[in-house]
Amino acid sequence: MEKKHLKRLDLIFKNEHDTEEILAKVLAKKNEEIINDLIISGLKGRGGAGYPTGLKWKLTAEEESDEKYVICNADEGEPGTFKDREILSAVPHKVLTGMAVCARVTGAKQGFIYLRGEYKFLVPELEKAIAAFHNLLATLNLDFSVSVFIGSGAYICGEESALFESMEGKRGEPRNKPPFPTQKGYKAKPTVINNVETLAHTYSIFKYGPEKFHDLGVKDSHGSKVFSVSGDTPIPGIYELEFGMTLQKFVDDFADGDAKAVQVGGASGFCVPRKRFEKTVIGYQGTLTGPSLPTGGSMMIFNSSRSMYNVLHNYLDFFVEESCGQCTPCRVGTQQLLLGIQAVKKGEKPSLYLDKLLSLAETMRVTAKCGLGQSVANSFSSIVENFREEMIY
Amino acid sequence: MNDLRNLVSTLVDKHGRDEESLLPILQGIENSESYVSQEAMVEIAKELNISAAQVYGTATFYSFLSIQPLGKYVIRVCKTITCSMHGKNQVISELENMLKIKLGETTSDKRFSLLETNCLGQCHKGPAMLINDEPYTDLTPEKVREIIRDIQQKEFAVN
Ligand SMILES: Cc1cc2nc3c(=O)[nH]c(=O)nc-3n(C[C@H](O)[C@H](O)[C@H](O)COP(=O)(O)O)c2cc1C
Ligand code: SF4
Ligand code: FES
Repeated sequence: MEKKHLKRLDLIFKNEHDTEEILAKVLAKKNEEIINDLIISGLKGRGGAGYPTGLKWKLTAEEESDEKYVICNADEGEPGTFKDREILSAVPHKVLTGMAVCARVTGAKQGFIYLRGEYKFLVPELEKAIAAFHNLLATLNLDFSVSVFIGSGAYICGEESALFESMEGKRGEPRNKPPFPTQKGYKAKPTVINNVETLAHTYSIFKYGPEKFHDLGVKDSHGSKVFSVSGDTPIPGIYELEFGMTLQKFVDDFADGDAKAVQVGGASGFCVPRKRFEKTVIGYQGTLTGPSLPTGGSMMIFNSSRSMYNVLHNYLDFFVEESCGQCTPCRVGTQQLLLGIQAVKKGEKPSLYLDKLLSLAETMRVTAKCGLGQSVANSFSSIVENFREEMIY
Repeated sequence: MNDLRNLVSTLVDKHGRDEESLLPILQGIENSESYVSQEAMVEIAKELNISAAQVYGTATFYSFLSIQPLGKYVIRVCKTITCSMHGKNQVISELENMLKIKLGETTSDKRFSLLETNCLGQCHKGPAMLINDEPYTDLTPEKVREIIRDIQQKEFAVN
């Protein structure tokens, strides 16, 4: 029987067909009011970095430029994440509404949905939704149009500056920051780039008001969150839950009774072992180690039959392939970590060598150019530290 | 060569001559030709007035663009963790047996290429694979046999 300790929410996927009414209501407000509502709501980006959405829109609105862009990041490539695909197919009008309001607030005329190549099959339906939405915008006199830009199989293009490079016809190699996208994004123009889920949440905020959204969740993590649940679970799928739950409660609801670890936030996230389920809270300021808890919502459950060595090996294979190769710490570091754990496993290196690898991973956190290389240490250190024996024997 | 030139110029007309059109143009070439040849790269560079090196740099960056000819049906099986845990290797074995090729190869009739890829965003329904743009999920060896047989029959009927 399905256990239900955690409250399931139904905000994002509720199929409300009141786009016209909501849009008319929001567009009647002043830009400052809209931004204020978003700030009050406490909405933070759902693409991983957790940047306050209202602030991002405000900064872009304040930039002087006759050309600005709104981009929806639908590159969803983090292993174990599939919620953006579901949001785009079930409620595209919410995402489009968020983009249109953002355009009005910032002064952008053009928007793009950067859709990963793996989701190309969504395009026909998405184009229909966009066409209908354009008709609606025409009746509201808002000069804004959205097109779909399709990726070509590169995880790094989910990183915002690599995504701009890719749209500009270049290799998807991340840029130096600053300047930030709000200053110089796509074609070096001020750009708001938001995750699919972030944009869909703005719809709920417009509809129900910022207070209602703010009341959900816990300190620093407001609203609901869409989780992608996979691995050793009898009920894999997409679930909208409130922030602030302990991992223990999550496991009670979703695991198969034998969970030994949960990987929170995908390959670039953290591995939490059973002994810390009770103490770990899911939210931006959880008790996980590391600078920020990835909030992409990937939850991969592993039961006691799984080898954590294989899990780590699989993640490192992923990083070796997906590293753009631009900076040395990440290009060489990912390969060395992979070779290193293989050597320890085979007995070619002593187990103490793991400590060298741990410090290499920490060096990457500090010296790699972008979030990909910086976050390899998240999964590497949390798996090696918690499952050291499995790395050796 | 003339065909290729026509293809490039049709794509350029459709997407425009800006650098922002490069990726869509390369994707269009990949779709029609199954790969991006050097001739295509040179032709695109001329049309967009950029260096062939830039076109090459972009074309070789993306895993869904190939510089070697691929089959008419490109099969990409997800090899990321949860699909691996749920039987990805059996799926690959079945495909290798049916198509009589190894991972990374293309059948001699140029119909099928068998590749692995990273997470397809279908993890709750793993193992998963793409055939061209279409996802197939909850795969079992039996299901794989049916899928491939259907395609083979369709191909047989066409020829
Ligand atoms: C390697 C890497 C991959 C990323 N992939 C994605 C992605 O697929 N989707 C996404 O929305 N954000 C992704 N991000 C985060 C984006 O750079 C950016 O922070 C986000 O799109 C901003 O939107 P938000 O504020 O709504 O979260 C990625 C970041 C890194 C470093
Ligand atoms: S950290 Fe890795 S992915 Fe990021 S710029 Fe460096 S090589 Fe590229
Ligand atoms: S792990 Fe295979 S689709 Fe995500």
